[in-house]
Amino acid sequence: MESEKFSYDNRIVKMFAYATMLWALVGMLAGLWIALEMVFPQLNGGISVITFGRLRPLHTNAVIFAFVGNGIFMGVYYSLQRLCKARMFSDTLSKIHFWGWQLIIVSAALTLPFGITTGKEYAELEWPIDIAIALIWVVFGWNMFGTILRRRERHLYVAIWFYIATFVTVAMLHIVNSFEIPVSFLKSYSWYAGVQDALVQWWYGHNAVAFFLTTPYLGLMYYFIPKASGRPVYSYRLSIIHFWALIFLYIWAGPHHLLYTALPDWAQSLGVVFSIMLIAPSWGGMINGLLTLRGAWDKVREDAVLKFMVVAVTAYGMATFEGPMLSLKSVNAISHFTDWTIAHVHVGALGWNGFLTFGILYYLIPRLFRTELYSKKLANWHFWIGTLGIVFYVVPMYWAGFEQSNMWRKFTPEGQLQYQFITTVEHIRPLYFLRSLGGCFYLIGAIIMTYNLIKTAKAGSFLADEEAEAPALVKLQKPHEGEHWHRWIERRPVQLMILSLVVVIIGGAIEIIPTFLVESNVPTIASVKPYTPLELQGRDIYIREGCYNCHSQMVRPLRHETARYGEYSKAGEFVYDHPFQWGSKRTGPDLARIGGKYPDSWHYNHMLEPSSMSEHSIMPNYPWLLDNSLDTTLTSAKIRAMITLGVPYPKGYDKIANSDLRKQSLEIAARLKKDKIETGPDKEIIAVIAYLQRIGKDIQTKPDTTIHK
Amino acid sequence: MKFINYLQSIAGVGIFPLLSLLIFFIFFIVLGIWALRVKKEHILELERIPFEDKESGKNDHPVK
Repeated sequence: MESEKFSYDNRIVKMFAYATMLWALVGMLAGLWIALEMVFPQLNGGISVITFGRLRPLHTNAVIFAFVGNGIFMGVYYSLQRLCKARMFSDTLSKIHFWGWQLIIVSAALTLPFGITTGKEYAELEWPIDIAIALIWVVFGWNMFGTILRRRERHLYVAIWFYIATFVTVAMLHIVNSFEIPVSFLKSYSWYAGVQDALVQWWYGHNAVAFFLTTPYLGLMYYFIPKASGRPVYSYRLSIIHFWALIFLYIWAGPHHLLYTALPDWAQSLGVVFSIMLIAPSWGGMINGLLTLRGAWDKVREDAVLKFMVVAVTAYGMATFEGPMLSLKSVNAISHFTDWTIAHVHVGALGWNGFLTFGILYYLIPRLFRTELYSKKLANWHFWIGTLGIVFYVVPMYWAGFEQSNMWRKFTPEGQLQYQFITTVEHIRPLYFLRSLGGCFYLIGAIIMTYNLIKTAKAGSFLADEEAEAPALVKLQKPHEGEHWHRWIERRPVQLMILSLVVVIIGGAIEIIPTFLVESNVPTIASVKPYTPLELQGRDIYIREGCYNCHSQMVRPLRHETARYGEYSKAGEFVYDHPFQWGSKRTGPDLARIGGKYPDSWHYNHMLEPSSMSEHSIMPNYPWLLDNSLDTTLTSAKIRAMITLGVPYPKGYDKIANSDLRKQSLEIAARLKKDKIETGPDKEIIAVIAYLQRIGKDIQTKPDTTIHK
Repeated sequence: MKFINYLQSIAGVGIFPLLSLLIFFIFFIVLGIWALRVKKEHILELERIPFEDKESGKNDHPVK
C-alpha cells in the first residue's frame, strides 16, 4: 500500500505548553495571594482590585480555564495528531484557537478584578467573553473533527472519544448556562432566576468538573501513561465501559451541590443516586490507569514523569471516592459551606490536574526539543515539594472543615448555640495559614519545573514539523461479516459525537426541564416582591464585590442553622433573583436573613472596617464603597431587563425608577445621620445597605401567605 | 413539591421512566456483552494505536 508522507505540527503543541506553564504560575500566584488575604485581611490595603472577592474568581478561572485549559489543548494537539496519523486539519485554525483562547484569558484578567462578573461561580465572565469562548470552542472542535476525518488510522483510540465527549458537552454546558440578558456592554443578568438558576448553574458547575477537568484528562491519561510507561493500557475493554458509563452518569449528578437547599427534593435525590453510581466508572478508570503500570513499577521509581502520573491518578481516585461520599445528605450536612469542599477540590486540582499536567510537560518538552531533560534531580525535587504542598494544603483544610462544622452545630445543654460564628473563624485561622504554606510549596515546585523546562528547551533544538508517514486510509468495501455496532461506531467520529450528545442531553433535560415547569407551579409567596431600584443596584454591587465567595444566602432546614440564622430558605423567596446568590462557602456567616438584623449604621461601620464591629473578623475593609458615587445611569436599563425576564415591575416603571431610588437613598442617609454618620445619599454604601437590609425580609412580614397557584 | 406534579400533565407519562430504565440497561448489557466477546486481536490492535507512530525514544515500544 502506498505510504503517504506528512508532518506533525509540534509548534502548536509548544505554544500551548508554554501557555500552560505561564498560566500555571499566574493562577497559583493568585491562589496564594487570596489564601494569604484570608489570614491577613489587611493585605488588600483598601484597594478594590486586589481584594479577595474580586480575585477569587480570577484564581479559579485562571487555574481551570487558563492552566488546565491550555494543558488540555497541549495534550490533545500532541496526541490527536499521532493517534490519527495526520497533521492537524488547519494550522490557521490552530493559531486562531491558540491566540483566541489566550485573548479570552487576558480579557478575564482585565474584567474580573474590576468587578465585571456575572456572579455565577466558574462562569463569572461577562457576555461578550462568553460569546468569544463559544466561538473559539467551535474553532477547536472544527479543527479536531477536521483532523479526525482526515485520519490515516481506521479506529478511534479511546482517548479521542474522551476528547469528543469533552468538546460536545462543554459546548452544551457553556451555552445553556450562559443565557443572559445584556444590560450594557459589560453587564448582564442571568436568564434564569433563583432555584432554576441554581440548578442550571450547578448542572454546569458540576459538569465543568466532569467534562473540563475530568474527561479530557482521562483521554490524556489513556494516551500518555501508556506512552510514558511503554505499555498498552491495562484493559482496553474496561476503558470502553469506563467511557460510556462515565458520560452516562456524570451529567446527572449536579444537584448534589444543592442538598438541603430550596431545590425540590426529587432533584436532590436524583443527584445523590447518580453521584453514588459514579464511583464505579471513576474507579474503573483509576484502576485502569494504575494497572497499566503493572510490572513497570521499577520505572516509576526512576522516572519523574511516571511519578507525577501515579500521584495524579491516585488523587483522581481519592477525589472521586470522596465526591460521592460528600453527596450523601448526611455527610453533606457536615461538609457543605465549610473548607472541606475546598480540600476536596484541591485534591482534584493540585493532585489530578496539576500533577498530570506536570507529568505530560516533563514528557513532552524533551521530545519536542529532541534532548534529555535538563535536570532529573530538579524534577524529583519538584515532585516531592509538590506532593508536600498538596499534603500541607489539604490536611489543614480538612481539619478546618471538620472543626468549623462541629463548632457550628454545637449546642449547650441548655439548648443554645455554643459558639458565635466569629469564634469558629478565629479558631481555624491558623489552619488557613498552614494552607497558604502548602500553596507556597506547590508554587515553588511549579517555578522549579518552569526553570527546568526552559533550560531543557534552550539545550535542545526544536523540531517544528515532525516527519511521519502512514498508508492512506482506504474505504472499506463492506463491513466485517456480522459486525457489531460498537465496532461500527469506533470508526465513526460524527456518529460517536451525536451519540455522546444524546446521552448527555437526556441527563441534562430530565434534570432541568421539570424545574422549569416549576416556574408556573412553584409555591409562590405573595409577600415576595421585586427589589426596589436602590436595592437592585446594591445587589449588583454585592455581585461586583464577589460577596458570594464567602457568604451564602441559603439557610438549610437544620436545627443549628435555623437557630443561628432564622427561618430556613424557601424556593419561592428567590423568584426575582437574577442571578441567584446562594453561594457555596461560608467563610463568613450566612446572609439569607441579614435584613433588619442590625441598624444601617452597623453596616456602614462594618464595611469601613469589619473588625471594628466584629473583633477578629477576617473580612477585608471596603472603604471604596463609602467614597464611590453610585452609578445610576443604568437603572432604567436594568429595570427594563428585569421586566423582560418577567419581574413584575409596573409598566413604565423604568422611567421613574431613579426618582424612587433617590427617595430611598435619602431615607437611609437620614437614618444614618440619626446615628451620627454623615454621608452623601449618592454613595454606593447606601445601595449596599438598602440591599442587605432587604435580604430575606419578605417572608418575615407576613409569615402565613404561602399559596399554591 | 413532588416530582409528580410536573409530569402528571403529560399523557402516558408512566411509560417514560420504564423506557429510560430500559434504554439504560439494554445499552450497558449490550455493551458489556460486546466487551466480553470481542476478539482479542481486535483489542490488541486498538490498544497498540498509541505506539504506532514512528517517534524515536526508548519508551515507545510496548511490552506485553
